[in-house]
Amino acid sequence: MDTIIEKQQVAAAVRAVIPHLACELPSDVEAALVRALEAETNPRGRAVLAQLVENARIAREDNVPICQDTGTVWVSLEVGPGVLVAADVFADVDAAVAEAYETARLRKSLVRDALLDRTNTGDNTPAFCDVHPVADRGVARLHVMLKGGGSDNASRVVMLPPSAGRAGIVEEVLACVREKAANACPPLVIGVGVGATFDKVADLAKRALMRPLDEPAPDADVAAFEGELLDAVNATGIGPGGLGGNATAIGVRVETAPCHIAALPLAVNMGCSAMRRATIDLAAG
Amino acid sequence: MPDAKPLALPLSRDVAKTLQAGDFCLLTGSMYTLRDAGHARLLADMDACGGLPYGLSGQTIFYAGPTPAAAGRPFGAVGPTTSSRMDFATPRLLDAGIAATVGKGYRSAAVHEACVRTGSVYFVACGGAAALLAKAVASSKVIAYDDLGTEALRRIDVVDFPVFVGIDVAGRDVYALDS
Repeated sequence: MDTIIEKQQVAAAVRAVIPHLACELPSDVEAALVRALEAETNPRGRAVLAQLVENARIAREDNVPICQDTGTVWVSLEVGPGVLVAADVFADVDAAVAEAYETARLRKSLVRDALLDRTNTGDNTPAFCDVHPVADRGVARLHVMLKGGGSDNASRVVMLPPSAGRAGIVEEVLACVREKAANACPPLVIGVGVGATFDKVADLAKRALMRPLDEPAPDADVAAFEGELLDAVNATGIGPGGLGGNATAIGVRVETAPCHIAALPLAVNMGCSAMRRATIDLAAG
Repeated sequence: MPDAKPLALPLSRDVAKTLQAGDFCLLTGSMYTLRDAGHARLLADMDACGGLPYGLSGQTIFYAGPTPAAAGRPFGAVGPTTSSRMDFATPRLLDAGIAATVGKGYRSAAVHEACVRTGSVYFVACGGAAALLAKAVASSKVIAYDDLGTEALRRIDVVDFPVFVGIDVAGRDVYALDS
């Protein structure tokens, strides 16, 4: 029996989760900041982490946004075999976003057109939505992320030659961190996509950010590579706020994919310390 | 927390000279929020009137776009945005009389030179600590560019607003310090 995901269901889930995401840091992220504070030795880095931990508490208790940049809304619906969605499954999402941003008193941060009309849309729409097929039968998972502009600006896509290999990927991630981390509000969660094609690799990197910090990569080689990248990033000493210290990142998440024989596509999607994301199981509802 | 230096805003040029990159300071007084679109407007206004409008001479610009009022405070959250996007305008603004800027992240060589030339200071606030920073804001008033929404020019009064000295009047940079 096929499951049908209705547009009202998607919109209601988005409407409900946005205020929660804006004001309450996911528990895995908050726990990672607390651990980073306990381990940090640099006085400026400690001061930044202490502010971030205190900030998360204030935001939660006073029900105010963690960060003034309450972001663009990214909605990705993962569906497996046996789950049906209509082409207009996201038709009600923008109305849900507009209502949530107004009611929860969040910032409206979108302009009508990047080139032609940089007038604020006034309601934080449109949301950026996609449907993503997955292999597991009956899956209907809704990912929602509020993504800040500063960290997205610090992101990049690079088409490396295959000969660059693992070392080339590490080098490029580190170059991105050295040049941009201080602008992206570290300690960072770094999403890394490797493979697919020019357009798809950025999606891999963004999707990688969805995996919680306390959930290891399913593949042991990927998990080991994530550990290697995290150690290399934290060896830079850039630290919390970019002001020096051990905790430049609290996590690196890697997603890999097949690619062309000529290619080694790499995307780095920087996530700030306010890593606001949630995954909602629509099949359960 | 490191020892904090209390500083009054607007920042006097004499006090500015005593600051060193990396110093932890608590700002009390008035500053003005302004970011991307507002900077383009301000430069256009300066082209028209020849100097700094809106009583900005000697004042501090805070690169920020706040969320609406919440929890009984003028803003629910307000924190620094990336300063480098304002680098195109900053040397001209410092030459015209802006005494200090507040933001996050690296600045261009031209901004470093302008800080030295004019005796101005760049402060760095903690990105992402916007609920905490909003508690240091006592009041807010839109001064200009209201149609820009969050990007309007606002005068805000702050009490013990925590910052680090990012670039001092000698051109030293907190991001280039060893530890």
